[in-house]
Amino acid sequence: MGGNGVLNLMLRSRWWSFGFRTTIMLYFIVLIVLPIIGIYTQSFSLGWQPFWDSVTDPLAWKSVLLTTKLSVIATVINVLLGTMIGWVLVRYRFPGRRILNSLVDLPFALPTAVGGLMILLLLGPGSLVGGIADNFGIEIVFHEPAIVVAMVFVTFPFVIRAIQPLLEELDKSEEEAAYTLGASTTRTFFQVIFPTILPGILSGAMLAFSRALAEFGAVVLVAGNIPGKTLIASVYIFGEIESDNPQGAAAVSVLLLTLSFFILWAVNLIQSRRMGK
Amino acid sequence: MKKLWISLTYLVFIILLIIPVIKIFTGAWADGWSGFADALSRKQSIHALMMTGIIVVVVTAINTVFGVMLALYLVRASWISHRMKQFMNSIVDLPFAVSPVIGGLMIVLLLGPSSIMGAFFEDIGFKVVYALPGMILATLFVTFPLMVREVMPVLQEIGSQQEEAASTLGAYSWYTFWHVTWPSIRWGVIYGVVLTVARSLGEFGAVLVVSGNIMNKTQTATTLVYQDVENFNVVAANSIALVLAAFSVGLLLLMEWAKKRKEVH
Amino acid sequence: MHIEVRGLNKQFGDFQAVNNVSFEIEKGHLIGLLGPSGGGKTSILRMLAGLESPSSGDIIFHGKRVNDLPPQERGIGFVFQNYALFKHMTVYDNVSFGLKVKGQSKEVIRERVMTLVELTGLKGFEHRYPHQLSGGQRQRVAFARALAPEPQLLLLDEPFAAIDAKIRTELRTWLKEMIERVGITSIFVTHDQEEAIEVADEIMIINKGRLEQKGSPWEIYKNPQTQFVASFIGESTIVENIERLKGFEEAAKWPGTQALIRPEYIEIGKLSEFRLPSATFQGVVKHLHFRGSEWMVEVQVGDIKLITYRSLEKDVLQPGDEITVLIHRAYLFNDSDTWIMENRLKEDPMPIHI
Repeated sequence: MGGNGVLNLMLRSRWWSFGFRTTIMLYFIVLIVLPIIGIYTQSFSLGWQPFWDSVTDPLAWKSVLLTTKLSVIATVINVLLGTMIGWVLVRYRFPGRRILNSLVDLPFALPTAVGGLMILLLLGPGSLVGGIADNFGIEIVFHEPAIVVAMVFVTFPFVIRAIQPLLEELDKSEEEAAYTLGASTTRTFFQVIFPTILPGILSGAMLAFSRALAEFGAVVLVAGNIPGKTLIASVYIFGEIESDNPQGAAAVSVLLLTLSFFILWAVNLIQSRRMGK
Repeated sequence: MKKLWISLTYLVFIILLIIPVIKIFTGAWADGWSGFADALSRKQSIHALMMTGIIVVVVTAINTVFGVMLALYLVRASWISHRMKQFMNSIVDLPFAVSPVIGGLMIVLLLGPSSIMGAFFEDIGFKVVYALPGMILATLFVTFPLMVREVMPVLQEIGSQQEEAASTLGAYSWYTFWHVTWPSIRWGVIYGVVLTVARSLGEFGAVLVVSGNIMNKTQTATTLVYQDVENFNVVAANSIALVLAAFSVGLLLLMEWAKKRKEVH
Repeated sequence: MHIEVRGLNKQFGDFQAVNNVSFEIEKGHLIGLLGPSGGGKTSILRMLAGLESPSSGDIIFHGKRVNDLPPQERGIGFVFQNYALFKHMTVYDNVSFGLKVKGQSKEVIRERVMTLVELTGLKGFEHRYPHQLSGGQRQRVAFARALAPEPQLLLLDEPFAAIDAKIRTELRTWLKEMIERVGITSIFVTHDQEEAIEVADEIMIINKGRLEQKGSPWEIYKNPQTQFVASFIGESTIVENIERLKGFEEAAKWPGTQALIRPEYIEIGKLSEFRLPSATFQGVVKHLHFRGSEWMVEVQVGDIKLITYRSLEKDVLQPGDEITVLIHRAYLFNDSDTWIMENRLKEDPMPIHI
């Protein structure tokens, strides 16, 4: 007790708790708030005109547009795959189910650069998939499809993990009630089950979309990064930093960040509405 | 119908997750054992793995302490108004929405050699950007929400009554935390630690920007993989990637275990 | 411990949870804070414990102002509504927690814990975890844990709310005995008047943050000082035009006055059964409800409906029967005042106009 008593006495004093609180709050502000303010001020550091010039540079806006387009495609694929897999993993019992369920988190656990390398090996010219596609005259690696695959890979768990708890909570009797009222399986799915898991799909999709927008590691390895063609926004920003143009990098970052914050806000809104129910 | 869905699910997993992992494995062994061993025993590989190790340890330690404290304040503190708490709560998630490259850029802008603070640190002989401190900062930024988001819901769920009971029995905050709060939140914290380790092990974009990727100095395992791929040294890239992937799979197993324990308590 | 509270206020934002409450409690008394849910009882209790700080007012223990003392230093024991037992600790560890914090030696702790465990009838359960206990047992653990550090004041927040109705009565008697045996000043919060009347030496009625009345259960029942207390304690019927009932004509002097009549103040029966027939009037039985040990009778007198009880031993009534009614007394109240009015005709057995 002796030592503990002294420690207690010390921690009891107002100075200690005040110091503790201040440290935590400062850490929070310096680490999170300050950098975000910093990037917004930096992008306008030379005034409105240079900001506008940086953003309207064809390479810049094309990269943002491309990123948005590919992220949308990746998100749609993820919603379809994720809904199916979430459904299968919750509703069906089959050998290997638990292993698959744990594997879902693999893209989160794996370094994104390793993920990118995997996609490269999977789709590369020497691989099976790459070879088949080549025969049909489709080029995958260093083209748009590879970027989409990389985005799907890193955002794979979002939709699944968002709808699983909802499916588990879903009362089986609701479904059975629909059947007793004469509804077909398809009708029951779209009118009873789908509305319940829709909030999950939406918030999962939003998170996947914002992650796809921001993805760098997996994409940079497979994209080829041809300006105006396969150069996505985060790689463009990286290039601007490398060529020592922080203001230009900051300007495009602000564009991307504002978009992401918007999405995050929407996700919070969906979630708090669900809580409200 | 049911069979079709199950087979489709298996197909997605095999193509998207299982084959790539096998590819990494076979790729690393393309030149036999010696190729793998040589790639790993290169000076830059050992240095890079060491850097990654240092970052993981330091970041996990700092993020755990500050994350748990902040979660406690955001849920329990009476000295922060309700509105302020809501506001801070929404800010906590911001690093999730920020591209890692942008996260790195923020630190370069704020602490780089051309900034006021950066120049100040440079003057006193403390290098932040293009050095270890900057890389740690970048990783801290990226991993920040993980711990807070794991611990907050657990704290909300257990409620404050047990802590109040302890205070009426004469226990002060420190004693209460270790004897009453900690046993309830520890599995949440452990899960948060696993997530933090996984993320800091794998962080790439932010670290690449802040570190400058200088071989044998600021290169980490992930940025080395990137450099090896750029240099068409695929076997070496695969070897490092295999080591990282092995760690990740280990972490995944730990995650599953921690999740189960968390549910029990 | 002698407790004094002066001008206590508590505001949560715009909401006034406790409004200018003052009282004094003698050492060794068992006090019940009674009132409807959300009336501010728990806030008062939490402020006494130091878990909440008052917006204004003084809390004085033993002549010493304790407003600025944290809960750790107030020398109180607190039993929470859901017990708040430490989930990951055994019964033994729960009870010994407060003693360990104080840094007592192992032997002292062991002795004290075993005494309490025996006192609360938990012997043999020391190594169980809270989730392995029944609701009543958990309540006993919470009680033993609060008593272990020998507090000067015991505070209990709705101690029986989470327990099955059947065991509740049993536990009530047990708790009253236990507190008497330990001889500790205690305050408990409840919204159940039966519980308060049965357990407490003194009751404080709290409504909308105000202290409506303080006194022994009998005093409060017999002599309610506000309309709220009169209607909250016991059963009653509100009558708009009491002056139309025989014996209460005088009430016409105070227009806008309402009356509150308890079932036990109404007597019904055959005219011959009454000693003072002049004080009675006629009514009609509207409905009869069987209440297990007696009949509840609804009697219609003009447009006034009265409710009373009737023993099962007496003649069985039928709806529609004519019946004689005597009202012994009523509480009268208007916006500014409350008073008791006895039946005038009953007081004066030889009324002049007969």
